[in-house]
Amino acid sequence: MTNAAVHMEGQLHAPGAVATGAVHAKGQQHPIKLYLVVWGWLFVLSTFSYLVDYFGLHGYLRWSLILLFMMLKAGLIVAVFMHMAWERLALAYAILLPPIAVLVFVSIMVLESEYTHLLRVLFFATPS
Amino acid sequence: MAETVLTNPGQSPARLEGWRGIAADWASDQRAFKNVSWGKAMMWIFLLSDTFIFSCFLLSYMTARMSTTVPWPNPSEVFALNIAGNHIPLILIAIMTFVLISSSGTMAMAVNFGYRRDRVRTAILMLVTAAFGATFVGMQAFEWTKLIMEGVRPWGNPWGAPQFGASFFMITGFHGTHVTFGVIFLIAIARKVLRGDFDVERRGFFTSRKGYYEIVEITGLYWHFVDLVWVFIFAFFYLW
Repeated sequence: MTNAAVHMEGQLHAPGAVATGAVHAKGQQHPIKLYLVVWGWLFVLSTFSYLVDYFGLHGYLRWSLILLFMMLKAGLIVAVFMHMAWERLALAYAILLPPIAVLVFVSIMVLESEYTHLLRVLFFATPS
Repeated sequence: MAETVLTNPGQSPARLEGWRGIAADWASDQRAFKNVSWGKAMMWIFLLSDTFIFSCFLLSYMTARMSTTVPWPNPSEVFALNIAGNHIPLILIAIMTFVLISSSGTMAMAVNFGYRRDRVRTAILMLVTAAFGATFVGMQAFEWTKLIMEGVRPWGNPWGAPQFGASFFMITGFHGTHVTFGVIFLIAIARKVLRGDFDVERRGFFTSRKGYYEIVEITGLYWHFVDLVWVFIFAFFYLW
């Protein structure tokens, strides 16, 4: 949330304004150049993540790069293309915080699958 | 808890009896999202629920892949193509990624022109977006055909862990369905934009409500979300 964003909201939506057609018609107005820059970055980041595979990087380096490029791309799409950077915090938090529960789920399932894997190695897997 | 009951004692209006009272309370003018229309808020909430659905698919894939003792097929090799005699790893997926990102760019521009009430440019950009989306689905159909011809099934494949097929068809299939519906959604709205429905505030044939250019942004939210999901599928399914 930059000052510019707050300023813009103040311009577009008079205090207490009900969402009517008149308000909608102005809506989210940002310079075209911003979209083109973000578009360019998305191409660059996608190329980078493809190159990670092309050059066959492995281990922690591969994973940190993949996750870094993924988060940057996702952030750019949500913040600029989906205009989340200019929405009020009430909406941003309502949408962006619940997916944290997914991360909790991920950690639970990582533990679970490692446990399952251990049992399979101990009792079922034929040594290769 | 007692404090909660005592808050704003003077402000509770007279309450109607029974269910009418409940309905009246819930329907009264209480807005959490002050400057966001119901259409946009509902699209965001839908996208949040869709996030959980895709998360569950990716999580089940992760669990299957981490817990199996059979080697997982190498996506880099499985999705490689021979182009002009060169064996290029994962090239089809890379092209699909670029196609989808391009479509996101044209969609963002369409939203921008929509708010400037430039209806021809908005409609053209939306149709270009739909064309990119259709291209993506076409390439996905090609990918599916190739894998099925090579013997990939939901219950097995020639290269390794049998869960590969089930995860692949489920995740990419569900995503492809989203893209397909997005293309239909885009074409329907582009037609309305081109016809000038939002300039003359013509009423929709189904809802009898006036439309506004904001619907372009709402369509855009859905479309960018489809691109967003692909970012995660690309990272977790194809690059792992």
